[in-house]
Amino acid sequence: MIKKNFTRRTFLGTSATALGATALATSGLTGFASAADLTVGFIYVGPKDDFGYNQAHAEGAAAVKAMAGVTVIEEENVPETVDVQNTMESMINFDGATLLFPTSFGYFDPHILEIAPKHPNVRFQHAAGLWSADKHPMNVGSYFGYIGMGQYLNGITAGHATKTKKIGFVAAKPIPQVLLNINSFLLGARQVDPEITCQVIFTGEWSLAVKEAEATNALADQGCDVITCHVDGPKVVMETAAGRDAFVCGYHANQGPLAPEKYLTGAEWNWASIYTGMVKTVQDGGSIDNFVRGGLAEDFIKMSPLGPAVSDAARAQFDATKAQIMAGGFAAIKGPLKDNKGNVIATDGQSFVETDIALESMDYLVEGVIGSIS
Amino acid sequence: MSEVTDIGLWGVPLAIIGGAIRVSTPFLFVSLGECITERSGRINLGLEGTLIFGAMSGYAIAVNTQSPWFGVLGAAFFGMIFGLFHGWVCKFKGVNDIAIGIAMMLLGSGLAFFFGKPYIQPVAPDLPAISFGWWSDIEQVRAALQVNVLFIIGLVIALFLAWGFKSTKIGLTVRVVGDSTDAARAIGLEPDKIRLLSTAAGGALAGIGGAYLSLYYPGSWNEGISSGQGLMAVALVIFARWNPINCFWVALLFGGAGALGPALQSVGISQGYYLFFAAPYVLTLGLLIATSSPNKAMESAPGELSITK
Repeated sequence: MIKKNFTRRTFLGTSATALGATALATSGLTGFASAADLTVGFIYVGPKDDFGYNQAHAEGAAAVKAMAGVTVIEEENVPETVDVQNTMESMINFDGATLLFPTSFGYFDPHILEIAPKHPNVRFQHAAGLWSADKHPMNVGSYFGYIGMGQYLNGITAGHATKTKKIGFVAAKPIPQVLLNINSFLLGARQVDPEITCQVIFTGEWSLAVKEAEATNALADQGCDVITCHVDGPKVVMETAAGRDAFVCGYHANQGPLAPEKYLTGAEWNWASIYTGMVKTVQDGGSIDNFVRGGLAEDFIKMSPLGPAVSDAARAQFDATKAQIMAGGFAAIKGPLKDNKGNVIATDGQSFVETDIALESMDYLVEGVIGSIS
Repeated sequence: MSEVTDIGLWGVPLAIIGGAIRVSTPFLFVSLGECITERSGRINLGLEGTLIFGAMSGYAIAVNTQSPWFGVLGAAFFGMIFGLFHGWVCKFKGVNDIAIGIAMMLLGSGLAFFFGKPYIQPVAPDLPAISFGWWSDIEQVRAALQVNVLFIIGLVIALFLAWGFKSTKIGLTVRVVGDSTDAARAIGLEPDKIRLLSTAAGGALAGIGGAYLSLYYPGSWNEGISSGQGLMAVALVIFARWNPINCFWVALLFGGAGALGPALQSVGISQGYYLFFAAPYVLTLGLLIATSSPNKAMESAPGELSITK
C-alpha cells in the first residue's frame, strides 16, 4: 500500500541518496549535498483519513510532501506487531528512507528499539514520551505536544455548556497522555464551576467502533451533556454523542464538520509545522533533537474554531486562558489537588507546569473524575 | 438537550437492554445466515469478511445514491456473490469448507479495505429507526428503545426461518441435504446446488449485517468497524443449536453483555473493566458448559457438518 510510483530511476536515486547520507553521517560532514532528495517514511496504525490521530499525522506528512527535494512514502493500517518492523525495514532498504515517523504509541517498544540499532544512519522519530537518553539508541527521537492544554481549553467550553454539571470522556487506554487529557478536561471545566464532575469510560483499545458508541451512549444515559474522547478515530464518538443531543469537544483533528451545531471546539495536533521543521533541519544538515516538546505557543497543537454553541462568556474565558497558556509556564495541575482516591497530588502552592516531565508518567485521575485506571 | 433524569444505577439494566437492541443486529443477521448454510451441511467461516465487505459496499452505495436502503440491497447482493463463490469452490473434491472460509474472510476484508478507502470521510444517510419509547418521558429510555427497522426485519426472518425449516418443502430439502448427502441423493436432490444456494443466502444475510454496522450503529465506515462480530456470530450458531429463534435470543444476549462493560464504568463501577469486557465470552463458555452433555452428541447438529462428523 506504499503510495509511490516506484521506478528504477527513483530506486537508484534514493539508493544513491541513502549512500550519500550514510557517507555524510559517518564522516560527520554536513551541508553540501543536503539539498539532495530526502526520503521520509510515515507509518500509521489506522487509515490516514480517520478524522483522528492518523489523519493529524497524515496532514503533517502532506505538508512535508509539498516541500522541495523530499520524497514521502506512507503506509497505513500497520499493526503494532512485527508488521511494523517489516514496514520499517522495507522503507529503509527498498525506498531508501533515512527519516522515519512511525507514529503509533505501540510502535516504540520493542519494534523501533529492535530496528534502530541495525540502521544507525536512519533517524526514527516517535510521537510519544517514551524515549530516554540512558536507555535508548541515539538515532531515535521522541517528540510530543502538550495537548493536555488543548483538553484544558476544551474543558472550559465544556464547563460553560454543561447544564447537568456532568461531562464525559471516552478513553482508550489508561496511559499517562490519556490520563493527563482526562484530568485537564475536568480541571478546565472546574475553572468554570468547581462542582462539575467528569465520567470516564475506558474502552481498552485505540479503535473499537462499537464499544466507543456504547461508551458514548452510557455516558449520555448518565446525563453527561458534553463529551470528548481520546481514541484514534473520534468520528464515532462525535456522531453518537451529537445524536444523543450532547455537546462534543474534538480531539486529534477538527471534527467540526461531523457535528456542526454541537461541536464546541477541539484540541488538534498541528504536525504540519513540526514535521516541515524537522525535515528542514535534516535537509540543512543539522540533527533533530532527541527530545522535542511544544505546546500551543510552539505551534505543536492548535484549537478548532469555536462552534456556534459557545457562549460569549465561554469565549472570553477561553481566549483569556489561551493567552495565559501562550505566555508560557501555565499549570493545569496545581495544588491543592487530590486524586480521586484521596491521595494528595499537589499541596497548596505546588504546581506542575505544562512542560514538567513528571506529567509524562501520570498515573492518577484527579478528584472529580469518576473512573479508575485499572 | 431535553431535561435529563438522573437514572443512577438503572443505567446498567437500561444500557444492557439498549445495547442488546443496538449491538445485536449484526450478530443476528450473520448467525441467521450461517444457520441456513450450516443446516445445509457446510460451514462458511468467511462471513466475517462478508460482513466487512457488506459494511463497506452498503456505505459506499448509500453515499452514492443517498439512499440507505439501496446500500442494504447492495450489501446483500455482494454478500450473495461472496456466498456463491464459497459454495462454488466447495463443490470440488478435496476442498475443505473451513479453509476456504478463512481465505474468504481475509479476501473480503482486504477487498473492503481496498475499495473502501474513498468512503472513510463521506457521510452516508442512516437507516431509519422506530421509537418504541414514546410512552416514557425519560430521555434515556426513549434513546434505548430506538429500534432499527433491520432489527425487526431480522426478528421476522428468524421466525420465518424457524417455520420454514419445519414446514416448507425448501426447508426440509435444506435439512435433508445437511443431515445426509447420501439420503438426499437417493431422493433425487442435488446437494451441491442446494448448498450453493444456502451459502449464497447466508452470505446475503451477513452482508446486510455489515450494512447495519456502517449505516446505523456505529454508523460510519472505517477499517476497524467490525471487531470480530462475524466470527463470533458463527460460533453463536452452534451455541444456538442451529435454531433460528435461539439465534435471536443469543444475539440479544451477546449485544447486552457487550454493553455491560461501558455501562458499569458509567455508574462508577470501574475496577477491573477488562474483565467486564470479557463478559460475552465468559457467558458463552459458561452456558456452553452448562448445556453440554458428556453422554450424547450435539443435539440437532446437521449430520454432514464437518465439525461434528
